[in-house]
Amino acid sequence: MSRWEVKIAGFGGQGIILAGYLLGKAAAVYDRRHATMVQSYGPEARGSACNSQVIIADEPIYYPYLTEPDVLIAMSQEAYARFAPEVKPGGLVLIERDLVAPDAGRLRDEGPGEDTVRLYALPATKIAEELGHRIVANIVMLGFLCALAPIVSPSGMREAVRSSLPKSAIELNLMAFEAGYERGRLSRSADDRV
Amino acid sequence: MKRGPAVLTGVHFINGDVACAEGALAAGCRFFAGYPITPATEIAERMAERLPEVGGTFIQMEDEIASISAVLGASWAGVKAMTATSGPGFSLMMENLGFGYMTETPCVIVNVQRGGPSTGLPTLVGQGDMMQARWGSHGDYETIALAPSSAQEMFDLTIAAFNLSEKYRLPVLIMSDAVIGHITERVIIPPEEEIPIVNRKRFTGPRETYLPYLPEDDLVPPMVAAGEGYRVYITGLTHDERGYPSTSPDAQERLVRRLAEKVRRNARDIIRLEERGMEDADVVLVAYGISARVAYRAMELARAAGRRVGWLRLITVWPFPEERLRELAARVRAFIVPELNLGQIAREVERCAAGRALTIPVLRPGGAVHDPREILAAIEEASHV
Amino acid sequence: MSEERHPLDHLLRADRLPHIWCPGCGIGIAMRCLVLALEELRIPLDRTVVVSGIGCSARVAGYVRLDGFHTTHGRAIPFATGLKLANPDLTVIVFSGDGDLAAIGGNHLIHAARRNVDLTVICVNNFIYGMTGGQSGPTTPLAARSTTTPYGNFEPPFNLPALVAASGAVYVARWTVFHVRRLITALQEAITKRGFSFVEILSPCPTGYLRRNKLGDALDMMRVFKTQSEIRHGAPPAEVGIELGKKLILGKFVDLERPTYHERMRKQLAAFFIEPYVEKVSEEVEAEEVES
Repeated sequence: MSRWEVKIAGFGGQGIILAGYLLGKAAAVYDRRHATMVQSYGPEARGSACNSQVIIADEPIYYPYLTEPDVLIAMSQEAYARFAPEVKPGGLVLIERDLVAPDAGRLRDEGPGEDTVRLYALPATKIAEELGHRIVANIVMLGFLCALAPIVSPSGMREAVRSSLPKSAIELNLMAFEAGYERGRLSRSADDRV
Repeated sequence: MKRGPAVLTGVHFINGDVACAEGALAAGCRFFAGYPITPATEIAERMAERLPEVGGTFIQMEDEIASISAVLGASWAGVKAMTATSGPGFSLMMENLGFGYMTETPCVIVNVQRGGPSTGLPTLVGQGDMMQARWGSHGDYETIALAPSSAQEMFDLTIAAFNLSEKYRLPVLIMSDAVIGHITERVIIPPEEEIPIVNRKRFTGPRETYLPYLPEDDLVPPMVAAGEGYRVYITGLTHDERGYPSTSPDAQERLVRRLAEKVRRNARDIIRLEERGMEDADVVLVAYGISARVAYRAMELARAAGRRVGWLRLITVWPFPEERLRELAARVRAFIVPELNLGQIAREVERCAAGRALTIPVLRPGGAVHDPREILAAIEEASHV
Repeated sequence: MSEERHPLDHLLRADRLPHIWCPGCGIGIAMRCLVLALEELRIPLDRTVVVSGIGCSARVAGYVRLDGFHTTHGRAIPFATGLKLANPDLTVIVFSGDGDLAAIGGNHLIHAARRNVDLTVICVNNFIYGMTGGQSGPTTPLAARSTTTPYGNFEPPFNLPALVAASGAVYVARWTVFHVRRLITALQEAITKRGFSFVEILSPCPTGYLRRNKLGDALDMMRVFKTQSEIRHGAPPAEVGIELGKKLILGKFVDLERPTYHERMRKQLAAFFIEPYVEKVSEEVEAEEVES
């Protein structure tokens, strides 16, 4: 696919903007494609609703906003409720299992087969905690996404993590990425959509 | 830590504010004075980190008036200097901006526009300072203002702004906006040797013969720096070629005319535009900054629906590209001007169209960009006139 | 007939005379003291810069034959800060009035003192806005008449030495245009002092202040400066406020050592960079010196 629109949404403090940044950086710097990220946030530093919108394309991106997201990563109930209905038929919704109770009725489902929105759930925060710190739940989700959709190359994602984070944090974040990626691979082959 | 390079050659994924700071460093800027303000703060933060790496000086001043004053002072010490702000700080800078035009002091001022008036919408986009950029300081003058539309252009146009300010000896404005300041995109920084750099004309002749405000053929006088032994006197008062104050209407006529003419006469060198679909267009979208990218989407939608729509992006907003707009007005049916204010550049377009083509403003006072469908509706309207 | 030349002509822009000051105004004396101080100091005058704001005193920047910058109202200090930071080899002197430095420019005054930027600020205090015709200002004494306090001033004035001392100035002195020798010495000390130094010069404004307050002419004011003043070096700045009819306390109130802006900056940055931290500008200037 030559153009991907990805929305990552949740609360300030969950690493929503960082996740969007790493995705865009992997595409722009390491996969050598065009990528644009815009973000929205409130005046509070922590706790307010926040989202980042990433577009990845082979052509220059003029309009930087999502028209119909191909992918939604929802890290909060509010984010899911608000943005899940926008996801394009045939698109992908990834939720943080322990923070979002999915309501399949919110998804656009224009019949069986390719047009259905696929929904996957992952206990990203729990996985992150098991790895050592809940702060990397966002990176677990990115790993999950990379396995479920060919948006960016996994090697590009790893490079983006290495080049963007403080030295002391790289190892944990790479482990988080691999854990999410592995879960994604299993989910894809098992087709265990929610 | 070792000293860092001034030019970070390579492919980056950075936001517009950071790209702007990197453009300044690549252009040779070695002094930044600023005051924190959303959504321009990241420029100051980046400069605070990077300037010491390249032997430059960063200072956070007590307000925006002090910031631009320090920038003007640094420029007269012979150093390329910049400040960055948003609407409220831009308002505070207006008087000293005028001092910059009057004393012909090269420097760059970045305004990452947010919604106004007053405190307005600190975190949200606006384009309401475009006329303030043109007319904000008292008295008559011409300015140069550039409007970047991407993170890449925040880099490229900051270099262009420094080059223009050095070439024509005046403060050059970068009229960005909150979306372009915060948008994170691929930015390619070329090798240092591929970046064209313009430095101010320096006077190096004997002290006795130096007249600080004696212009050359391009109407720009060569400059010296404080401490070089020329013992210049620089004043915001109307002055003669020696720089001495004069209250004669004749001195006023010569000085103020020249300050305007050095920009007007060189408009072709200064003005940059980007155009699409102009060959067969009967309706032309005129836009700048983030609005130009939204307008591009509207053009795509309109073209898909069979409309013959062109797209004209103002990279240089001031001086206004009057010549090009007049040419187009003679052959197109209408101009559509989407902007995030209540009609500022639209007035300029209307002035240039002078009744030969219709001008349809599509306006929002900021807070959010247009929905491309709003612009599409205007295209439909224009197509049925 | 041969043209007579004043011995200080090389430091003055004689081609700009006559100056704008009224008969009896003290600013000319203050300027002469500055020029004499510089002449004796033997510092490189090509690298000495005078920066001013707006007002009668601010015109000094255009009468001295040095690099002079006559900036906007109140902004001499931040402009001077930019000059000094961008080229630390300059000797930067701000010469302006009380209204310019302490009212519209008051915030810059205290912040420059706080940073201890290596500047010399010379403030001619004539208790009034002279150039605009005698309006009250931040130093106008209580009960004094001005065109904007026609019934007498009821706003308490700033005690400038206390203000700048509290803000961090390392050298603070006050003299009058009557005490020229002591003033010249103070200006020399202030100019050679590393850090933010401040000299207040009390000066008569016969047109805008004395006349309206029935205080006589400039000579009467000089007599007041002579007879009603008391020199108290080291006086606590808080005790040197000026009140009508009371003694004027003069002297050197503060002279202490404190790291300058540049010293602190270089020390702080040295911890982060392998090479000693020196700004590029001075490196280049030093290189030039070696060559020549």
